[in-house]
Amino acid sequence: MTEATLGGEVPAAPRSGGAAGARMGGAAFGDRAYQLAILGFALFIPLLLVAIAGAVVSAGWPALREFGGSFLTSSRWDAVNGEFGAAPAIFGTLVSSFLALLIATPLAVGVAIFLSEFAPSWLRQPVAFLVDLLAAVPSVVYGLWGIFVLVPVLREHVMPFLADTLKLGRTPFFSGPAYGPSMLAAGLVLAIMVLPYVSAVTREVLLAVPRSQREAALALGATRWEMIWDAVLPYARSGIVGGIILGLGRALGETMAVTMVIGNRHELSASLFAPGYTLASLIANEFSEATGDLHLSALMAAGTTLFVLTLIVNAIARWLVWQVARGPRGR
Amino acid sequence: MRLWTFAALACVALAGCGGGDAGSRDTAGGATRASGSVDLTGAGATFPYPLYSKWFSDYAAKTGVRINYQSIGSGGGIRQLSERTVDFGASDSPMTDAELAKAKGGPIMHVPTVLGAVAVTYNLPDVSAPLKLSGTVLADIFRGAITKWNDARIAALNAGVTLPARDILVVHRSDGSGTTYIFTDYLATVSPAWAKAPGRGKEVQWPVGLGGKGNEGVAGQVKQTPGTIGYVELAYAKQNRLAVAAMQNAAGNFVLPSVESATAAAAGVAEKLGKDTDYRVTIVNAPGAEAYPISSFTWLLVYKTQADSVKGRKIVDFIRWALAEGSASAAALDYAPLPAAMVADLTARLSDIGPGAAP
Repeated sequence: MTEATLGGEVPAAPRSGGAAGARMGGAAFGDRAYQLAILGFALFIPLLLVAIAGAVVSAGWPALREFGGSFLTSSRWDAVNGEFGAAPAIFGTLVSSFLALLIATPLAVGVAIFLSEFAPSWLRQPVAFLVDLLAAVPSVVYGLWGIFVLVPVLREHVMPFLADTLKLGRTPFFSGPAYGPSMLAAGLVLAIMVLPYVSAVTREVLLAVPRSQREAALALGATRWEMIWDAVLPYARSGIVGGIILGLGRALGETMAVTMVIGNRHELSASLFAPGYTLASLIANEFSEATGDLHLSALMAAGTTLFVLTLIVNAIARWLVWQVARGPRGR
Repeated sequence: MRLWTFAALACVALAGCGGGDAGSRDTAGGATRASGSVDLTGAGATFPYPLYSKWFSDYAAKTGVRINYQSIGSGGGIRQLSERTVDFGASDSPMTDAELAKAKGGPIMHVPTVLGAVAVTYNLPDVSAPLKLSGTVLADIFRGAITKWNDARIAALNAGVTLPARDILVVHRSDGSGTTYIFTDYLATVSPAWAKAPGRGKEVQWPVGLGGKGNEGVAGQVKQTPGTIGYVELAYAKQNRLAVAAMQNAAGNFVLPSVESATAAAAGVAEKLGKDTDYRVTIVNAPGAEAYPISSFTWLLVYKTQADSVKGRKIVDFIRWALAEGSASAAALDYAPLPAAMVADLTARLSDIGPGAAP
């Protein structure tokens, strides 16, 4: 005997034996309890998010009310006189994250294409494992590596190369003295941290492209590269963009590695050689010693700003995924 | 059957957890307690943490009183003490009048425990003798008014030393810290221009320079880049063998940072304090021929009126022990002990801490 199916509910499985009657009532109760429990778990997460957002916003409200729009546009962060403006931190958060994606995306997609298209099967697993292992390294370790290895290399070799040999020092993006800790260093460290996320998702998506797509392209006379570029990648576009969003989320919130290599300076500068600041580093640096309600509130307001920034960037990215997914597949 | 086994195991586990750490919220009359319990909790400054942690373990070995200390920073320690979530606090900078007014347990006594010094460290590979700097020159370097190492004012203090024509790269602390407070307090004391613009504080708006996180961030940056100048705790500079500058003190002598010169600074100031000082004093730019000008106390913060008389007695006993015997281990860990006259005065004041009606 089965219960009547109402709009997709799974009918209770018929139990064997004479206890079927009692069991069916018990099964209905069990189902209901299970449903409620699952509903509870599902609601718990959005409620938690709302609770966190509420706590952060209400703690940051005094500072936001005090400074208004100038909190987002001013560059003065003066704890002694009680003036707080987070513009350099907001700018730094956005620039370092997008720089990281700019560097990491071609690398990650390249690795994924290699692993899915070119690598012999005995090579695929070890290399994939090593790339994924990048995600397991703690961010503090990345920061230490950044201070002791990356920053000296940048200061002594890469930055002079970019500024003098490539003559990019004339442009505003590579101007200024090369101290080492800079937006460029932060972007590079973040790129390495973001790489495994984008690469793992892209690899899975590329492996999921049906063979028929590849075979059809090759049958039409495409070269291997044309097959990948024109038949495989467009099919996997929305998945790749999804992987990029994942990486972006990681980059926006990363704290420790960034604060160790970015130079921690409240200054807006177009140059990648200049030190900068990010919202997450700002909070991590100043929170434990902040006395004074306005200072604490200003830090919570910075947290609120980061929260809203992440929401906006994620919303734009999701819209982008939707647009890309809607577009034609292949050519 | 399996369900019963699981339930039984769960009960045993919970019972085991519950009986352990009784926690310090238990109120007075604590006669018998499980051996893993903590008697006192404190929170605050990170600078004296290595020394305090040695003191707590030595004291527990001697008397059995266990003290738990969280080095969350001076600001955090002051906040927790004001909210009365900890029994005592520790801070590298004295509490302001506003902070004292907000404390929920009444008046707070500041007990200096040891001295710290802030060393000015630099990276000039071609200069072997310690660089000599004066307070105003240091302030102008950190303000960005002096930008090259071979500036006339630095050369005037260092006759006979060839200074390179490099740019000076300034490194400061990006995180809020008592070290920054001591350093900016000194700069504000010696330089009116500094007092007006960045001023003194645990975090200030630095006119120039990069921010490094923690002493290790600043030291790492200084070590790697020639031409850099920064400031770190004395203990840090000594243990990492960083090049430190000899600062000109109020008497006009150039003194290197050391445990002895920090104690000399405290001695110089202690003589001038009145009988009813609350020890919320700064000792930067202290008088005295051998005094190092960038020194400071670090304080334990205790409520004068202890609602819990058992805990109050334990706190007083600990502080008395720390003042008398703890200072012996201070110098070994590169902390400067207090001068003897101060120790005597502070020990006498401990009788002011006692039970009373909770406000």
